[in-house]
Amino acid sequence: MAEPARSIVVDPGLDETIKKLTPERIESTIKKVLTKEAAARLKVYMQTCVHCGLCAEACHFYLSHDKDPRFSPVGKVKQTLWEIVRKKGKVDGEFIKNCSRIAHTECNVCRRCSMYCPFGIDMAYLLLLVRRICAQLGVVPQYLQDTVNSHAVTLNQMWVKQDEWIDTLQWQEEDAQDEVKNARIPLDVEGAEIMYSVIGPEPKFLAQLLGNISMIMTVAGMDWTMPSFDGWDNSNMAMYSGDFETMARVERKHYEAAFKLKAKKIVMGECGHAFRGAVYDGSKWLSWKQSPVPVIHAIQFYYELIRDGKIKIGKKFEKPITVQDPCNVVRGRGLGEMLRYIMNAVCEDFRDVSPRFEHNYCCAAGGGVINCGPPWKKSRVEGNRVKAEQFKATGAEVVVTPCHNCHSGIEDIVDYYNLGMHVKFFSEILVEVMEIPEDMKAE
Amino acid sequence: MYELVSGPLVWISFIVFIGGSLYQLGSMLKLAKKDKVIYPYMSLKYGLRSIIHWIIPFASTNMRKRPVMTIMTFTFHICLVLTPILLLSHNILWYQSWKISWWTLPEATTDIMTVIVIAASIFFLMRRLVLSEVRFVTFPSDYLLLAIAAAPFLTGLVAYHQWLPYKTMLILHILSGEIMLIAIPFTRLSHMFYFFFTRAYMGSEFGAVRNSKDW
Repeated sequence: MAEPARSIVVDPGLDETIKKLTPERIESTIKKVLTKEAAARLKVYMQTCVHCGLCAEACHFYLSHDKDPRFSPVGKVKQTLWEIVRKKGKVDGEFIKNCSRIAHTECNVCRRCSMYCPFGIDMAYLLLLVRRICAQLGVVPQYLQDTVNSHAVTLNQMWVKQDEWIDTLQWQEEDAQDEVKNARIPLDVEGAEIMYSVIGPEPKFLAQLLGNISMIMTVAGMDWTMPSFDGWDNSNMAMYSGDFETMARVERKHYEAAFKLKAKKIVMGECGHAFRGAVYDGSKWLSWKQSPVPVIHAIQFYYELIRDGKIKIGKKFEKPITVQDPCNVVRGRGLGEMLRYIMNAVCEDFRDVSPRFEHNYCCAAGGGVINCGPPWKKSRVEGNRVKAEQFKATGAEVVVTPCHNCHSGIEDIVDYYNLGMHVKFFSEILVEVMEIPEDMKAE
Repeated sequence: MYELVSGPLVWISFIVFIGGSLYQLGSMLKLAKKDKVIYPYMSLKYGLRSIIHWIIPFASTNMRKRPVMTIMTFTFHICLVLTPILLLSHNILWYQSWKISWWTLPEATTDIMTVIVIAASIFFLMRRLVLSEVRFVTFPSDYLLLAIAAAPFLTGLVAYHQWLPYKTMLILHILSGEIMLIAIPFTRLSHMFYFFFTRAYMGSEFGAVRNSKDW
């Protein structure tokens, strides 16, 4: 049975870069990655996989493509890493291009499949190895590579300059004062309890979220600060392109900002991959077993604020609402219960999804896939029909996504499948329903 | 011929099986040092938690989603491991050679267990041929491995019931058992021992590091 032909996607990051490759360079790069960087896991996973196909139904790409085996987790590994190993690195540029397409744009490294593999084989790790090979060869989707370049040059994802960053914070502080008159965004306060960090896109095009956190922190009476200098951005696309050296520089700078401010902990905005980068992948690469400063994700932070009564909820949000479990903090940190706690605390009509918690489907945007940009948008959205079906079944009008990648990805899905839903961050609901004490209310 | 397969070849196959397995485990433990995350993240508690959830039938989500496969794979593996150990005639051979023997199952029971292994092998073969997600990742070696695992049981069944010339079948039976033992450390049949390590590592990463479940 022949599978339908793949549509052609033009991406100079793949089409042009492979022209510069030579067979020798491909072979030596592959050899370096597979022998110097990969070790026990690669060997044992290759020898243990019995090609049973039981991981297939874990993958939203596979399910959304009517069970096309090319999209199953093991199918993706077969088309990339197995061939690379079998041919001992003697593959051509076209093959590397296809590897990048599969590993960078058709896998979210969400790790759902490793919960379905009887051996617990980490297929996300194997596909990250493929990404590493591609990145070392310079074959990376152009938009993704651009964000990595931005990380490398500016240490933030969006080419934000320091004056623009400070200006945006001050602008949002003023905006927040329209609601909470004493709202502040304290900059560079040494010894503050909390250093708050966000991802680059927040100042770039979601600045209102900075205003939201200013209101929330002020109402809750937190001792917090934000760095005015590099290290404020906790996002990390280099982790996903396969440029681990840049990944490490970004994470080191993020932690150094916290050291410099002598912060007791880092609280981060609603973003999943940033948490993964800071707590796992980045820390690991920097030889820290755990994050050197405790990192608290927004879900846990809001959970603690609401549980401890630091934020009081007034009139709850009324419209039927559902939620997206972000892979990197639910499967990746077990915050599913806390997420339900805060959802129920602020909403009248919370409608849960199925499957949920660790078993929730990825948004198909995470893992750097959405950062591969417009050329790959169609393939990404079509690769997650199951997500649209899952949300539709809840009958909700609003989806809360406590993660930036989920947020953008699900907006695209809502649009493409005509779900007619609104996509919101949790903080947007929270500022709507929280009680602002009388003495803080702006006139 | 019988003397050869039932004498020196038995020794050779056991030495290769045990020696090869130890070698593979040793090199895995050495490579795990190079893979910097393995030892720091390994956790006995969460490793065992994961293994337990995956060696009990229907204790994981994927097993519950595929009840036929779960029953087939569990009965297959249980019968495959226990039948040769608890078979009366094998015990008699050990007794004759070294004067050791242990508890055995009635021959009618082991007969059924043998049939189960063969039936499950046919089921696995059909899966490979019919299901597109399995066929897509199937290589000729996958059929060969299945044949290596099924052959000792098929030949054993035929020999026990003496459906074909007994002596020939017996030689084939012993030979196929030896091939399987030799193949285990050097093929994907090594999932027999790697299972516990891959599971324990993933269980540790999910449990100790990520505070979540992997089943």
